[in-house]
Amino acid sequence: MNLEFTPEELAFRDEVRSFIAENYPKDLSSGGMRDDMSPEELTAWHKILGKKGWSTPAWPEQYGGTGWTPTQRYIWSEENARVNAIMPLPFGVSMVGPVIYTFGSEEQKQQHLPGIRSGDVWWCQGYSEPGAGSDLASLTTTAVRDGDHYVINGQKTWTTLAQHADWGFFLCRTDPDAAKPQEGISFILIDMNTPGIEVKPIKLIDGGYEVNETWLTDVRVPVENLVGEENKGWTYAKFLLAHERSGIAGVARSKRGVEQLRDIAKSEQLDGKPLMSDFDFARKVSQLEIDLSALEITELRTLAGEQAGKGPGPESSILKIKGTEIQQRLTELTLEAVGHYGTPYYAGMSDMGSNEYPIGPDYAQHSAATYFNMRKTSIYGGSNEIQRNIITKMILGL
Amino acid sequence: MDFNFTDEQTMVRDSLTRMVRENYDTDTRRAAIGSDSGWRPEVWAQLAELGLLGMPFSEEDGGFGGGAVDSMIVMEEFGKGLVVEPFVPTVVCAGGFLKHAGTAAQKEEHIGGIVDGSRIFAFAYAEPRGRFDYADLETTAKKDGGGYVLNGHKAVVIGAPWATHLVVTARTSGGQRDSDGISVFVVDKSSAGVVTRDYPTVDGRRASEVYFENVAVPAEALIGEEGKALPLIEVVTDEAIAAQCAEVCGAMKVAHAMTVDYSRQRKQFGVPIGSFQVLQHRMVDMYTEYEQSVSMTYLATLKLGESEVERKLAVSAAKVRIGQAAHHIGQEAIQIHGGMGMTDELAIGHYFKRLTVFDAEFGNVDHHMKRHVALASG
Repeated sequence: MNLEFTPEELAFRDEVRSFIAENYPKDLSSGGMRDDMSPEELTAWHKILGKKGWSTPAWPEQYGGTGWTPTQRYIWSEENARVNAIMPLPFGVSMVGPVIYTFGSEEQKQQHLPGIRSGDVWWCQGYSEPGAGSDLASLTTTAVRDGDHYVINGQKTWTTLAQHADWGFFLCRTDPDAAKPQEGISFILIDMNTPGIEVKPIKLIDGGYEVNETWLTDVRVPVENLVGEENKGWTYAKFLLAHERSGIAGVARSKRGVEQLRDIAKSEQLDGKPLMSDFDFARKVSQLEIDLSALEITELRTLAGEQAGKGPGPESSILKIKGTEIQQRLTELTLEAVGHYGTPYYAGMSDMGSNEYPIGPDYAQHSAATYFNMRKTSIYGGSNEIQRNIITKMILGL
Repeated sequence: MDFNFTDEQTMVRDSLTRMVRENYDTDTRRAAIGSDSGWRPEVWAQLAELGLLGMPFSEEDGGFGGGAVDSMIVMEEFGKGLVVEPFVPTVVCAGGFLKHAGTAAQKEEHIGGIVDGSRIFAFAYAEPRGRFDYADLETTAKKDGGGYVLNGHKAVVIGAPWATHLVVTARTSGGQRDSDGISVFVVDKSSAGVVTRDYPTVDGRRASEVYFENVAVPAEALIGEEGKALPLIEVVTDEAIAAQCAEVCGAMKVAHAMTVDYSRQRKQFGVPIGSFQVLQHRMVDMYTEYEQSVSMTYLATLKLGESEVERKLAVSAAKVRIGQAAHHIGQEAIQIHGGMGMTDELAIGHYFKRLTVFDAEFGNVDHHMKRHVALASG
């Protein structure tokens, strides 16, 4: 057993590091909330990577993947996290892309994969509904066949960044009489400019507009946009969720977050000394780092399993649970570190015309909003309660 | 031992419950905190009419002779509705300084205005570098002729945009962080050299950065003895903490009730999510945390008049326990509400935010744990 990178992996790391140093846009702000950024800012790095051929490293090479080993992909995400890079959004790259190249038709591959790689086409995910969150299989949006079209009616929710989306992938009920709720669901690609689609932003507790309600009223979609077989959408949805979960631990980003937390705690003063030299606070940061190490090695073990040909299994639920708990704890401690300056509502200041210069230190500005926003991580992508159910059933056999 | 409220206290509580229900439903509150001023002077006037703004003052000072238990009752009701009006800065803090250390002339000048609602205070104690230490002050007050000249920057002064007056802590002598040499002043906010920058807070209140640029105040602005204010500040802030613990208990009670209610209504897998044992037990834990918090609020409130050590031990214990409970209950409430808990539309997120901000006011969990450790082992 050996935790060290091989010389080849170290050489790869240096190559990646210098590529990022030379090409990552210097003017791209990355400390803020996603919500503050323009679509152009959110896709700038994606487009640069698309040209380099590095935007979809995990894909099979024939569809534009890099052929990197899981370890190389891990190094890649670490190096990006070091500069707080704004990574390609997952909806195209890690969600619908793999579904299309695995289950889609030749035409679908040709139509959609290039735009996902280049970052020119913005995707959103139409899974959840007001009555179908964790119990996704109870969704009620219907797609009824009418000649060579599906006519789609229903309401989706939590459609992340759909306000900018060109295309969406939707789960719709095509057979309402199926024996089990998981059956009779289809996976359909929808051009978001089709008449009958209305996207309405939802204001969240951090003050931002990251997710939307999406209404579909008599939306006519060509049958060619069905992925795979009709009524087999649940299979593809599960495949997608497993892919989504495998990157969800966010280790590299949390490591960077701990470094930032240490920097903040070195600037903040307690009894005339840096907060970081306070044992009580330092102990909490160490606890976080210890938990993060355990998560990191667990993820590396999972990656090694993948490298040996073992697909991401129910163990990825551990990564989801611990990864999101650590992300939440990190943002909670960061908010704690900034003391009084976590209290101002920065997003509300522009409304009051008082945004000439920031209040308090720069690092404090998003601390509360980020803490509030990160509560979502234990809810989305299959809530942590659902992840525990998965482990209960699939690993413990209970 | 008696944990009952008097008939009069029960009456106050009932009329407040009604008042909060009528004025503080989610939509009305949302409109109020989103308005230009961010609060409702008419609600403040109503509180004055009910006699609440004069409650803690003695009858000879023009008040109604209430005590800490009365403040506790009021604050718990305010917490249930997430009331933003500045009761703590004006009545508990400024009122506390006047009550404990004000001269007859100072009481005469200020208390009448507090009682009738015309004089509103903010308490400017925190500084950008001082964290939670009241003695870690860069703001100075230099003797100048018969009066003082104030210079400095106070951070996140809650309620300052609405205030007519400020209570300000400043160093009149000694080095930064010395416990001696600290004084407290009452400053008219319209004094020359007081510069404020107003902004909303994440929990729906308003605050300011307040800058004092050679602000001249007369000798009569000094409350208590020059340079000896730290123990006084500790008394007043301990009272404020006890009051806010009660407020947070009110907010936790509603957050818990909303969560239980939501779990009864929200169906997944064909059944209400409240029927899942894993969620039931978590809501039981929330409830337990809430009940323990009420107990600690009683303890802190009832010990406010005891010896300094007893008072500080009880207040710090309450701040630690309730700070932890507020985080726990807030986080669990959001999680059990699922995605809906993340939306601004539902009230639960607003409770979560108030429960979050509470921790950093007047010293967080770590700060009060340290104070408790120091007193308990000393």
